[in-house]
Amino acid sequence: MESALLLEKTILVVAVFAITLFIAMYSTLVERKVAGFMQARFGPDRAGPFGILQPLCDGGKFFFKEEIIPAGAHKFLFIAGPAVAMFTACITSAVIPWGQELVIGDRVVSLQVTDINVGVLYIFGVVALGVYGIMIGGWASNNKYSLMGAVRAASQSISYEIGLGLSLIALLMVTGTLSLKEIVAQQEGFVNWNIWVQPLGFLIFMVCAFAECNRVPFDLPECETELIGGYNVEYSSMKLAFYMFAEYINMFVSSALMAALYFGGYNFPFMNELGLSQNWITILGVIAFFIKILAFIFFFMWIRWTLPRFRYDQLMRLGWKILIPLAVANIVLTGIVTIIKDTYF
Amino acid sequence: MQSLSNRKKVLEQKPMNFWERMYLPAIGRGLAITIRHFFKPKVTYKYPEEQRPYSKNFRGMHSLKRDEEGRERCTACGLCALSCPAEAITMISAERQKGEENLYREEKYAAVYEINMLRCIFCGLCEEACPKEAIFLDGSHVPPEQLRKDFIYGKDKLVEPRFDYK
Repeated sequence: MESALLLEKTILVVAVFAITLFIAMYSTLVERKVAGFMQARFGPDRAGPFGILQPLCDGGKFFFKEEIIPAGAHKFLFIAGPAVAMFTACITSAVIPWGQELVIGDRVVSLQVTDINVGVLYIFGVVALGVYGIMIGGWASNNKYSLMGAVRAASQSISYEIGLGLSLIALLMVTGTLSLKEIVAQQEGFVNWNIWVQPLGFLIFMVCAFAECNRVPFDLPECETELIGGYNVEYSSMKLAFYMFAEYINMFVSSALMAALYFGGYNFPFMNELGLSQNWITILGVIAFFIKILAFIFFFMWIRWTLPRFRYDQLMRLGWKILIPLAVANIVLTGIVTIIKDTYF
Repeated sequence: MQSLSNRKKVLEQKPMNFWERMYLPAIGRGLAITIRHFFKPKVTYKYPEEQRPYSKNFRGMHSLKRDEEGRERCTACGLCALSCPAEAITMISAERQKGEENLYREEKYAAVYEINMLRCIFCGLCEEACPKEAIFLDGSHVPPEQLRKDFIYGKDKLVEPRFDYK
């Protein structure tokens, strides 16, 4: 029995890891495609039909690039930086429930790697660690531009994590649990999605998620025009690819989080009215979840090719003077509504 | 200052109202614009498979023409070289010998005729200057080469191929 559990978890971990990497890999292609289409071009379409082999070519190219470690760099930390970034990006997906249970024979297989009862806190912990990868890399490069990028990344992450956390507190007041599995299970069907009760919270969460992922319009840690690339100036070869990859994985994970927390995760409309067996609902649910995730990834890219970058003081003003008060107001509002609901209805 | 054109428009610097300061409506409009562009037809020509058509009056590589009996029209008068603003054309003339009447139309012909395609600006003045209608810029664009000397086109590349005129 125990070995069966071990086997199923191993398969699940490998599958989640593979899917995460696969989606991150193809996000690089989709990003360039979306950019092209929005600028009346086709984007890369030479490698294979529609350019679907492009990520493989890019990966191969990165492997064969010269590996440069600057003479003034701190060797160990210079290598540790991208490793930390990649590692923290990958382990976030452990607590995301990818679907309901599959029933195989008499075994019930949960499609979640681990259901810890403080899942949301775990994600916060890991996301907070994520900035270390950038900071270590930026500092160890011994370059003023990368240091600037690292400093920016650190202060930006810290500022927006507050907004992120406060916007989630309002959500937790509604759901009453920290376990992601239960949060998703509560949003059955379509009308129970958290977006309908927490629209403002979702907006704040999304803006903060953009900032946490260092995506446009909050890509100040790696802006090409001001910092010639930011924290990754001195990086080359696969270490640079790891930083970029970590960014795309972060994007995937935060899309999954937004879909799970606010858009019902694996729940889809009329899931109970269809009269399907448990396994079919689970499979359709996984597909629905991935459609939501991909829609969010597309939205990330859509925003990237629409908005210009914030100035640094504007970024700080938005974070501290707008998003945090708004999130606090959202908490107060949610509390009042909850009390009124509990007392009078 | 007094406006001279009467088209001067004084813009008022109004502080943004609440709706404008929220940015969200403006972001929404921006997103609408980009998604419209997403579905617009693309202007790219996928080059090797799909070639962009030349315009009707496109001026490309030169060709030295033959007359209806297949004889070279050029008489090596040098007007093309004289008119060339980039000084890309050089030639050496020679006299037609007995028995070469089927090769050259006039009594004098160009023994060597060279155009440096790196100097040529494809202005078409040589074509206009030619009294014998012997040179036309009716080819496609100049193909790439590895060496500079390969861009100097001699008669082997310039004279149009001889057709079989009965």
